[in-house]
Amino acid sequence: MNAVNMVKVLIVDDHRLFRSGVRAELGPQIEVIGEAEDVESAVSAIEALKPDVVLLDVHMPGGGGQEVLRRVLGSGSPVRFLALSVSDAAEDVIGVIRGGARGYVTKTISGRELTDAIVRVAEGDAVFSPRLAGFVLDAFASTEAPSIDPELDSLTTREREVLRLIARGYAYKEIAKELFISVKTVETHVSSVLRKLQLSNRHELSRWATARRLV
Amino acid sequence: MSETPTIPEAYPRLVRPQRGRLVAGVAQGAAAQLKLDPVVLRLAFVLLTILDGLGLLAYAALWMFTPQEQSEGEPPARDWGQIAAYAVLGTALTAFGWVTGASTGGIGTWSIALGGIGTLILWQQADPGRRQRWMTDAVRQVRRSWIRTGIGLLLVVAGGAGFLAAQGKLAEARPGLIFTAVVVGGLALIAAPWLAGLWKELQKERRERIRQEERAEMAAHVHDSVLHTLTLIQRNAQDPFEVTRLARSQERELRNWLYQPKADADATMAAAVRRAAAEIEDEHGVPIEIVCVGDCDLDDRLRAMLQAVRQSMVNAAKYSEATVISVYAEVEAGEVTVFVRDRGKGFNMDDVPDDRMGIRQSIIGRMERHGGSARVKTEPGEGTEVMLTMKREQQ
Repeated sequence: MNAVNMVKVLIVDDHRLFRSGVRAELGPQIEVIGEAEDVESAVSAIEALKPDVVLLDVHMPGGGGQEVLRRVLGSGSPVRFLALSVSDAAEDVIGVIRGGARGYVTKTISGRELTDAIVRVAEGDAVFSPRLAGFVLDAFASTEAPSIDPELDSLTTREREVLRLIARGYAYKEIAKELFISVKTVETHVSSVLRKLQLSNRHELSRWATARRLV
Repeated sequence: MSETPTIPEAYPRLVRPQRGRLVAGVAQGAAAQLKLDPVVLRLAFVLLTILDGLGLLAYAALWMFTPQEQSEGEPPARDWGQIAAYAVLGTALTAFGWVTGASTGGIGTWSIALGGIGTLILWQQADPGRRQRWMTDAVRQVRRSWIRTGIGLLLVVAGGAGFLAAQGKLAEARPGLIFTAVVVGGLALIAAPWLAGLWKELQKERRERIRQEERAEMAAHVHDSVLHTLTLIQRNAQDPFEVTRLARSQERELRNWLYQPKADADATMAAAVRRAAAEIEDEHGVPIEIVCVGDCDLDDRLRAMLQAVRQSMVNAAKYSEATVISVYAEVEAGEVTVFVRDRGKGFNMDDVPDDRMGIRQSIIGRMERHGGSARVKTEPGEGTEVMLTMKREQQ
């Protein structure tokens, strides 16, 4: 692995211990070029350091990960975000994805899996944790209301199969083997689901996420 | 003046403050002395003035005998709107009394004036909680029966008008009615800011109380669970397995409390799977990641399925040597599917002796007896996945 295709990563998290823990765990193909601990320092560090991938904490002082996404992506920056959080709340998960993050993993993830996820996001693919896949299946399953845009508002059978396998704990490679398709095709399906998740106007999606807490 | 130390007086002296006064500050000062709202005393003065100018006399006397409060700087401006409102109210009441002859009525008028002042003082003295109860009771009653109230009011007005018309007194009564309207308007004008303030204060208190209750619940929860676990962890610091188990179990409990919809583990599928996994996790110390999509009520078939799910999780925890177990449960309209997967060492199905109860009886046999199916996918070195499917009972 030479220096040219090292992935430059900025870690944004308000817990110093966690930042150093992640730094130590990441694989050799990742280069951590900086750290930030709140919204302000994150936005200026992204502008100054131009990382490939930002590891973004969801809950932070000053508006949290969603505020960083809004300000950075709002200015047309090409940087990619991978959300990393301890939270299991559907509204947090769906919130950062709809805010523009290309993936969501929980902080219990192993160093090797996190390294894979960062590389995947750097290549422009999406990263779904089993829980996120479950949320998406759940959110898109409740389709009683007529959809505005059928292309964006529902999942294809294949996408559903891929999401189910992710929820069952399968890695992309295992999914490809199971469905007799290439890893690249699996990635395409996941990216397509991510796009639907971000662009769908189905207001149930957000409502579902908030309502889930109140049941 | 500022150099001399102020000697606290034995009892507070009646003074006339400049801030917030309307005429001379008499009512304001007296209100402070009696711990009442100035509005009450102002209304009392207005009411007493109508009775042969008694209020005016009392006001003038107090004005003369009370000193003005010492204050620095420009005297603050008066609220002319309120003065006008009191003046209008006084004029209207006088006119009303004059037209109806009530002001010369002796005892009867006094009882009305005293009753009015008394009510105001009672209202003022009541604590906010009680006032809120009065207010909400009244509002609720009005809300509950607004149709009845509306019809009743209509009938009273129509009846009164009809009676006056029949007696040929409608024209005569008109000025009295107009003055009544003016009095009510004046009262509303005076009371409006005060009532609005009161309402705002009540809302604030209510919010504060709710917040405090939430904080208390949070504190109780943290105390009962998190602090307790932290103590246990310190006590078991030399036992890494136990520390991990405690931390994991506390994390799970806190997560469920924070993020999971409250559900009854005896009643719904998703909650039951979560609880079973929690128990096995505690017992065997292997983390179990659960993803549930959809949910439904438990029935006999699903209870049987739950036993098979539990056995699959126990097998994975005990024999697979995997570091984590993934469980995925999906409830669809027609069937329920559960996958239990590990990336452990796996095994060869043919090598499992027939008398081994775990897989053949507790999982596959149990599912088939209840009309479901079970498939085990495994190979040495490839991990194991148990797939359980059960048709849902049609309601």
